[in-house]
Amino acid sequence: MPPRHEADILACIPSLRRYARGLTGDVHRADDLVQDTLERAWRRLSLWRRRGDLRAWAFSIMHNLYVDGLRARAGRPEDAAGEDLPELPERPTQADALELRDLDRALQRLAPELRAVLLLVGVEDLSYRQAAAVLGVPLGTVMSRLSRARERLDALLRQDAGAPRLQRVK
Amino acid sequence: MNDDGARPFSGLFPPGSPISEADLHAYVDGQLAAARRGEVEAFLAGRPQAAGRVAAWQAQRRALHGLLDPVLDEPVPLRLALPRRERRAGPAWPRLATAACLLLAGFGSAWFLRGAIDGAAPRDAATLAAGPAEPFFQRAAVAHAVYTPDRGRPVEIGGDQEALLARWLSRRLGAEVRVPQLAGLGYELVGGRLLPGGTGPVAQFMYADAAGQRLTLYVTREAAGARTAFRFVREGGINVFYWVDERFGYALSGAAGRDEMLRLSESVYRQLQ
Repeated sequence: MPPRHEADILACIPSLRRYARGLTGDVHRADDLVQDTLERAWRRLSLWRRRGDLRAWAFSIMHNLYVDGLRARAGRPEDAAGEDLPELPERPTQADALELRDLDRALQRLAPELRAVLLLVGVEDLSYRQAAAVLGVPLGTVMSRLSRARERLDALLRQDAGAPRLQRVK
Repeated sequence: MNDDGARPFSGLFPPGSPISEADLHAYVDGQLAAARRGEVEAFLAGRPQAAGRVAAWQAQRRALHGLLDPVLDEPVPLRLALPRRERRAGPAWPRLATAACLLLAGFGSAWFLRGAIDGAAPRDAATLAAGPAEPFFQRAAVAHAVYTPDRGRPVEIGGDQEALLARWLSRRLGAEVRVPQLAGLGYELVGGRLLPGGTGPVAQFMYADAAGQRLTLYVTREAAGARTAFRFVREGGINVFYWVDERFGYALSGAAGRDEMLRLSESVYRQLQ
């Protein structure tokens, strides 16, 4: 396998870690997911044959592993997330940290399929078509999930905080 | 990112068609062609309610980046940067000549280091898997390979804040860490970072010469106690001198020649006595 592809995969690691962190809300689960993803990506690199964006391909591997993991976990992970808050990065002020914690909690309370779309599009900057390919759903499903994810996150944040955290000019 | 950019979207968001909610999301996500973007802006100008939703979604995007972007700046755990064991069988693996491959070269080097040290054939890959039992110089070589090619953020605290760097690393390692000066030998301090080690945090200092060639000094408490002489290992273009004193284990890694690396190591050793 050409070394350049290996380097390309290594270059994806920070972004895979960011996506996994948002998806799982937990540092260790996220890195376990990244590790499994990388192992599978290395194994399958010869099958990839430049069929598109390597990062999107790695995201789709991660998505499949994540969904398999959700199926394997007996409970409902989106409800369990509240107890097990991830370590947040150090922030300059406490208020800021609280705000991030609210956001993180709200994010983890979204249904996993909504969270995935929101993160792939809103944070990882995948095009809608790439997100549809990663998730294995039609484009229209990406659009409707994105819409639901944004409305739901907004509602959760307002409910969580008792006051608007994000500027909402309505 | 948009490798399929605006073009496929001309089907989904054709110019002149009524503005849909999907258009508003695509506007927020920067996925509209310029012509359609103008139409959406004109649409929003007259509709405060829709403009409010768009503003809220934009605020969400910024907030999510604020929450998750710090992950990009975290040191990558070595278990993720290390290659899986099957890669050792790859035919292209030992050919690691170009600068672009230095990163990979380092991973490869760590893989073979222990075998080189023992003067025996490399052990079964499973026994070399990254973990607390791994010798510190092996992790030092991997850490060197991971961070020296990083042009964006090779260190967490820059060399211009040397006192702060020493204080911070001393606090995290739980013992006074000093920062050796190598300017006399042509290497300026770039800075340092904290990394996960086998059983605790370790410090990595980075230096660069005028040509940009980088050295790293790995300092760990894990190996402290049994004072040793210099030992040398080399693999994949990275030379590593390592030694242990009462307080720390040290490994100096770089691409410079063995003699130069030895001179640098001796200087570090003398300064830390």
